[in-house]
Amino acid sequence: MDRRDLDWYIDKAVQILVFVGGVSAILLIIGIFVFITKEGAGFLTTTFDAKEFFTSPRWRPTSEHNPTYGALALIVGTASITGLAILIAVPFSLGAAIYIGEFATGKTREILKVLVELLAAIPSVVWGFIGLSIMNSLIIKLFDVPVGLNVLNAGVILGLMAAPIMTTIAEDALKAVPDGYREAAEALGATRWQVIFKVVLPAAKNGLVAAVLLGVGRGFGETMAVLMASGHSINLPTSVFDSVRALTATIAAELGETAVGSDHYRALFTLGIFLFLITFLINLTADLVLRGIRKK
Amino acid sequence: MARPEITYAIETQALNLWYSTFQALFDVDLQIKRGQITSLIGPSGCGKTTFLRSINRINERLGYVRTTGSITVLGNDIYGPNVELIQIRKQVGMVFQRPNPLPLSIRDNVIFGYRLHEGRGRLTRSQRDEIVERALRQVLLWDVVKEKLGRPAIELSLEEQQKLCIARLLPVKPAVLLMDEPCSALDPTGTEAVEEMIWELRGQYTILIVTHNMAQARRTSEECIFMLLGRVVEHAPTEELFVTPRHQETADYIEGRYG
Ligand SMILES: Nc1ncnc2c1ncn2[C@@H]1O[C@H](COP(=O)(O)OP(=O)(O)OP(=O)(O)O)[C@@H](O)[C@H]1O
Ligand SMILES: [Mg+2]
Repeated sequence: MDRRDLDWYIDKAVQILVFVGGVSAILLIIGIFVFITKEGAGFLTTTFDAKEFFTSPRWRPTSEHNPTYGALALIVGTASITGLAILIAVPFSLGAAIYIGEFATGKTREILKVLVELLAAIPSVVWGFIGLSIMNSLIIKLFDVPVGLNVLNAGVILGLMAAPIMTTIAEDALKAVPDGYREAAEALGATRWQVIFKVVLPAAKNGLVAAVLLGVGRGFGETMAVLMASGHSINLPTSVFDSVRALTATIAAELGETAVGSDHYRALFTLGIFLFLITFLINLTADLVLRGIRKK
Repeated sequence: MARPEITYAIETQALNLWYSTFQALFDVDLQIKRGQITSLIGPSGCGKTTFLRSINRINERLGYVRTTGSITVLGNDIYGPNVELIQIRKQVGMVFQRPNPLPLSIRDNVIFGYRLHEGRGRLTRSQRDEIVERALRQVLLWDVVKEKLGRPAIELSLEEQQKLCIARLLPVKPAVLLMDEPCSALDPTGTEAVEEMIWELRGQYTILIVTHNMAQARRTSEECIFMLLGRVVEHAPTEELFVTPRHQETADYIEGRYG
């Protein structure tokens, strides 16, 4: 009798704990959003000029006479780095996921999965450091350019950062394809590669799209590594060798030096709202795409 | 491929098979006549599926399967050095216990195997449609699906799915069809319909069909093999095996004393 009572209490306690955890996560997210919006609101309703914000590349919040708040160069900076990162990460992670999911067996497979997870756990400042030191001099040597901190550098670093997550999610998607499909195709005389290209990849399509989207989300939100590897100079890039500046890096670098409540401070929060909305949309899309699979 | 002088479509000699250390087949010697329907019966776990899956070497998907002895399909040793797995799979089609259409449209399911072997390029639309129609007609499915060839195959009923799984084998012109309890997932009406269809295919293909259903074995097959604990106990013309079994075990099994 006693034992059962104890179990019952533990059961209840855990239930409450889980409930509190879940609710507080939701409350926190709402809280964060409210906070960001509140801080940025003053700017949005007064100084904010949508046309300037989205079309002007001039981000000069500290100018004494005429501060301008054009975020175009920052948006393009983030987009170009993320775009390049995805171009690099997609083939890598798809290849890795196919190898791990369809070819590797037993020990090899387990070891590779652990390695990928380890890769995902490398702190972003370490990646930034690799970009700043190794990649920088490598790019200068290889391409004979004056500076190695640019779109190429940040894109490669970000691609390497996004690849592990994309690999893990893509591999899950491949694993979710019923083995009966593979067996049916093999029995019909399909080779390993035909099975992969004609059956497995099409069947896993949604999961793979979600993997890429989450990688994109990661790219938009990444700050430290991008700040260190991109050169951090305001620029509309015309080639991958141009330095750029990212939205996130701008916030990280400038927020500490602005007076709370000033226009500049609020403008940074507006950038934050913008980032929040974009990553939220990307993650939501990824989630909906994934949900699409489960319904089937 | 199909040479007329060959009487046996499938011959095995001293076939032994292990799942890692567990031996599932013992010295299986069988000769399965060409162009006939042969049924394979025996209690659960006696190795029927295992035997069937070694004939197209699909067993090898499991890394821990080991085989000794020989299997000859239409005169070719399938473990021979010059034999390509793809060619075996082309000659030997397989129908699984649960219908397993690919996640494609009905049409793409039927043409899938053909495209694997013949390539995509040489096929015009009308040729493709002709191949699809012929295969679907052969399995008596054409009239049901002709209006919805572009629909996903999973929308079909189980019976129709199983017929589709048979239809998709036909365009590559296999000589042998292996069927592992093809009706076990179907209701009585579906079973009857699929049986009738299999009977229609008799003569054009060598069919080896596993079944738990004595009545089905009797109705649909010309010869019958009874297996027990990984060994072949008896192989005889179906009527003979059912009316005058030569072994006590066979008699016991067909009278339902094994379960
Ligand atoms: N993948 C496997 N790994 C290990 N042992 C297996 C495997 N598949 C089958 N076996 C074993 O081999 C033996 C034969 O199995 P098999 O599936 O061929 O029997 P079956 O006659 O088809 O049975 P059923 O009528 O239930 O389908 C059984 O003892 C089974 O446990
Ligand atoms: Mg079986």
